[in-house]
Amino acid sequence: MNAMPPPKHRKLSLKERYAHLTRGLSWETTYQPMSKVFPFADYEGIKIHDWDAWEDPFRLTMDAYWKYQAEKERKLYAVIESFAQNNGHLNVTDARYINALKVFLTGVSPLEYSAHRGYAHVGRHFVGAGPRIACQMQAIDELRHAQTQIHTISHYNKFFDGLHDARHMHDRVWYLSVPKSFFEDACSAGPFEFLTAISFSFEYVLTNLLFVPFMSGAAYNGDMATVTFGFSAQSDEARHMTLGLEIIKFMLEQDEGNVPIVQRWIDKWFWRGYRLLAIVSMMMDYMLPKRVMSWAEAWEMYFEQAGDALFNDLSRYGIRKPKYHEVASKEKSRLSHEVWTTFYNYSQATAFHTWVPTEEEQDWLSAKYPDTFDRLYRPRFQCWSEMEAQGKRYYNPTLPQLCVVCQIPMIFTEPDDPKTICFRSTEYKGEKYHFCSDGCKDIFIYEPEKYMQSWLPVHQIYQGNCGGADLKDVLAWYHLNFGADNFDYKGSPDEKLWNEWQAQRSVNEA
Amino acid sequence: MSNVSITFQNTDDARFLVEAIVEDNPGAVVSVMPALTKIDCADRLSIRRETIENKLGRPFDLQELQLSLITLAGNVDEDDESFTLAWKTGAPHRHS
Repeated sequence: MNAMPPPKHRKLSLKERYAHLTRGLSWETTYQPMSKVFPFADYEGIKIHDWDAWEDPFRLTMDAYWKYQAEKERKLYAVIESFAQNNGHLNVTDARYINALKVFLTGVSPLEYSAHRGYAHVGRHFVGAGPRIACQMQAIDELRHAQTQIHTISHYNKFFDGLHDARHMHDRVWYLSVPKSFFEDACSAGPFEFLTAISFSFEYVLTNLLFVPFMSGAAYNGDMATVTFGFSAQSDEARHMTLGLEIIKFMLEQDEGNVPIVQRWIDKWFWRGYRLLAIVSMMMDYMLPKRVMSWAEAWEMYFEQAGDALFNDLSRYGIRKPKYHEVASKEKSRLSHEVWTTFYNYSQATAFHTWVPTEEEQDWLSAKYPDTFDRLYRPRFQCWSEMEAQGKRYYNPTLPQLCVVCQIPMIFTEPDDPKTICFRSTEYKGEKYHFCSDGCKDIFIYEPEKYMQSWLPVHQIYQGNCGGADLKDVLAWYHLNFGADNFDYKGSPDEKLWNEWQAQRSVNEA
Repeated sequence: MSNVSITFQNTDDARFLVEAIVEDNPGAVVSVMPALTKIDCADRLSIRRETIENKLGRPFDLQELQLSLITLAGNVDEDDESFTLAWKTGAPHRHS
């Protein structure tokens, strides 16, 4: 028998490889009707006529996915090990910076895990193979992000307070109900709304503000480990953002009737995401000892300019910019100050420290916010500094009223008056509900049955569901270590340890 | 007119990617920040495999961009030879 050499195959092109992956994996079911196999595909009102019209423009196939993700992991863990072996924590600019990482680990990293679950779920429920595969890859990415962040930050947990029980805290601590409820809102929506919420509004429109200037700031502050997990995660984000834009265009191209549904979701999730990022504004302006750019500058670069380009592109489908985007822009010169001063008030109940910014830092804030800082916020810091000098560091003993939708205390001011707190309210079934903004109120009014179920930390404390009536009881229920994790940075064990290291370094140098 | 943009980590490979992009896209504006480099270009930006290979001195699969990428803005179109970002104008193709 003549052994024939195997026929020589031309290497398939990227487009051909992707077509094989995504066009053979989808079929019409016969044992069960399609409506039973994909029970969530229709109820949101989105009409899809041709699932095959959806294509991932990166055309990533599984072999390429594993290859490049493995390479990213190898690079990342080499840096994390080196950071740990070389005591990299000694090289950050200042121990105050670590408090930004505490916010990140307790507030953001659990969202990566929630995103993993959310994408695994919707990846199961889309009818088309293209979006199913993109969601499956993203589900794996998000799990990777949660793991890499926990691994990285676990090193800091050996030396600094407040990092010891992030998962538990995420489900209980008052300010962490903001990110937690944001994601639970998205995960309890249908698959198309979930992608509009997370892939488009959050990933495409807003996460640049979290990962790009903040991570650049981490680099500037000597935190090699955080920059590395941040950029390793962000390298997946470009693909996630693209999924977000593609799913929006797909819905808009499939049926004109989808346009108003998608617009309403964009309006809702822009506002939800923007409110969630309020904490990032504070991290950028107040928690980085060396700063790359202000929140206002980042907002201009990543929302006003980039958003203009994006919504200009989408306008041909009849989509306009998200409702209340102009309110967000009006708030850009006050957001970080309103948030930081609130946390300064309530540091007795947080798993991270706050402080009055130094004179030099206040001068930076004044230069970046010439219209607001000296007029509205510097006087507060002066007052608090004086109180602190007299041994009366100010802590607010009253629990704040919360917005039912975003769950943030009612701290934001009127769009056109930064001296008046913005209060909105409505009645539903005989109960009164309060909101921080028109954006949050609109969201409630459209889905009151959903938001009337909000688990509001302050209400829960008053109802006796959070460990007891005293601050110490509630903090114990949160798993916060009283006297170590909370209160001002000044006088904290973190500060003491850091000062000892610096003293040792001076001795060594001498 | 709107800008498309792409941002890379400041890695060894990305240095050559930036050089290649600047060569192929004369309107590209490069901003270097701590740990990252952002490139903006009016309406459209193309990354060509051939130019990158000439800069790097080795074969380059455009999917390797994934290793250095931080973020981008614009509609993506990728094949074996080029990776393009563009904003679109004109009426959409709608199914119904």
